[in-house]
Amino acid sequence: MVTAITIITFLPIAMQKLVTESDRQLTARALSTPLLVGAKGSSLDLVMNTIYFQSEPMETITMAESFRIDASNLADAIPVYARFKARGHPIIGTALEYFEFRNLSLQEGRLFAILGDCVVGAKVAEGLDLKPGDSLLSSPESLFDLAGIYPLKMNVAGVLNISHTPDDEAVFVDLKTAWVIEGLGHGHQDLAKVEDPQILLNQDKNTYTASAKLLHYTEITRENINSFHFHGDQSNFPITAVIAVPHDQKSGALLRGRYLAKNETSQIVRPIDVIEELIETIFEIKHVLDAVLIAVSIATVLSLVLVIMLSLRLRHREMETMFKLGCSRWKITGLLSSEISIILLVSFGLASVISILTSIFANEILFTFII
Amino acid sequence: MIHIRSLEFNYRDGEFRLNIPEFMVERSEKVAVIGPSGSGKTTLLNLIAGIVTPVNGDVTVDEVQVSELGDSGRRDFRITNIGFVFQEFELLEYLNVLDNILHPYRITNALTLDKEARTRASTLARAMGIGDKLKRYANDLSHGEKQRAAICRSLLTRPKLILADEATGNLDPVNKSHILDLLFRSVDDHNATLLAVTHDYELLKRFDRVVDFKDFSPNNSGS
Repeated sequence: MVTAITIITFLPIAMQKLVTESDRQLTARALSTPLLVGAKGSSLDLVMNTIYFQSEPMETITMAESFRIDASNLADAIPVYARFKARGHPIIGTALEYFEFRNLSLQEGRLFAILGDCVVGAKVAEGLDLKPGDSLLSSPESLFDLAGIYPLKMNVAGVLNISHTPDDEAVFVDLKTAWVIEGLGHGHQDLAKVEDPQILLNQDKNTYTASAKLLHYTEITRENINSFHFHGDQSNFPITAVIAVPHDQKSGALLRGRYLAKNETSQIVRPIDVIEELIETIFEIKHVLDAVLIAVSIATVLSLVLVIMLSLRLRHREMETMFKLGCSRWKITGLLSSEISIILLVSFGLASVISILTSIFANEILFTFII
Repeated sequence: MIHIRSLEFNYRDGEFRLNIPEFMVERSEKVAVIGPSGSGKTTLLNLIAGIVTPVNGDVTVDEVQVSELGDSGRRDFRITNIGFVFQEFELLEYLNVLDNILHPYRITNALTLDKEARTRASTLARAMGIGDKLKRYANDLSHGEKQRAAICRSLLTRPKLILADEATGNLDPVNKSHILDLLFRSVDDHNATLLAVTHDYELLKRFDRVVDFKDFSPNNSGS
């Protein structure tokens, strides 16, 4: 009975607190991100992927979009490539400006400086027991994708201070490192020095043809870093979004205007607009849940009343015995009321304690189970 | 000890009526009350204990006119002067044996639960052969042990009168005789009076007197 009353009391309070906290968290993160540019499609996916590192990998745009925003002189562009993962944590390919933009500071170590470096969020470091100097392997996109992306052994350069944001759960790398993970950049044996005919199939002036036996590096070290190179124009390399930080309100409006053209392949969104729409939907769902919860609570309260009534009926003989022994009816009523009061007090006490704990750990609960 | 005169009683539904012109029990006497089911034997005990009050007539116990006392007075009189033993023992299963014996002290302000009462409870339990079971819960006891605990509870306040309502009705023959021995011995030790309702005719010879309910209450109609 204590458990039932505790749950009935605790659930609405906890739900209210979690919804309020999620509203605050979502809004705060969205408000701090003025504009996002990404591939046309779901604006919610774009926002969730770029600022909360949620949702499945989305359609990419090219790095040219970031150069275009920079060239417009209307906003600063911070490219984001959120596609890969390392032991369950999102790998975010970005530029150093991201850390300043999000006010992220280092707990230890340094920011990424060379290819293959990564900077991990506080919870990643805690969860995987990482510190500067350790290494972290990127996860293949698919276990059976044998021809696809090779895991890259990254060097942990630094650990961020806790920020109570999705950044705590992310692994940050330079865009180029992300592109290496994708296979757009790679390092391998120097063909000019290879003599094995099974590897070097053909050599014509500066053109070498190698077999699949050619050793590809899966770790970037001081010894092999110079062998890493990219093929093609980097402006065509993929990113998932660009965070655009307008110089002022007018610049922001002008920039948004540039993405209104019908033949435009990218979209620009204000994250706060998208999140407010999402919260509106969440609140509509919450209203329905509230109604269901009220109905369930009424049913449970009635069940509890029934249980108490049945219990009193079962204890009728006990009460009669007490009366026959010399106890007054008032005292018997008082004793039973005390028992019920104790049950209610313990239940409400427990519900209060759990509610307070929920308030204290709302942030963790949200990021662990919900966001 | 007990004197009932010109007693008339009926329950509110009016279907049951009890008339007792006169009924007396002497101090220290052990009296058995027999009669058919529904004839009013239990009602008689309830009238003597002041649990119910007569419509007319007097019920006097130890020179106190119980029927004239108020609710509170009857309760205080009952808990300090009368010990009840029930057929179904009526122990509280969520209390251990010691707490069950001490229960009368916990439900009234007329008695003070002190060290002496606790010592007496242990002494009574030992005398009844359940001294080693004081910490056990009522549900863990056999029928015979439960009734012993119930007798301890009824004797704890040193009552002048013990009312036993089919106290041996739920016991096997061996336990029946043994419990009655214990009850009689306790009543003698406490110099108390015993009024016992029973259906067991084999036990009647052990009482000082047997009252057949139909003898003095020919107009009773049981429901």
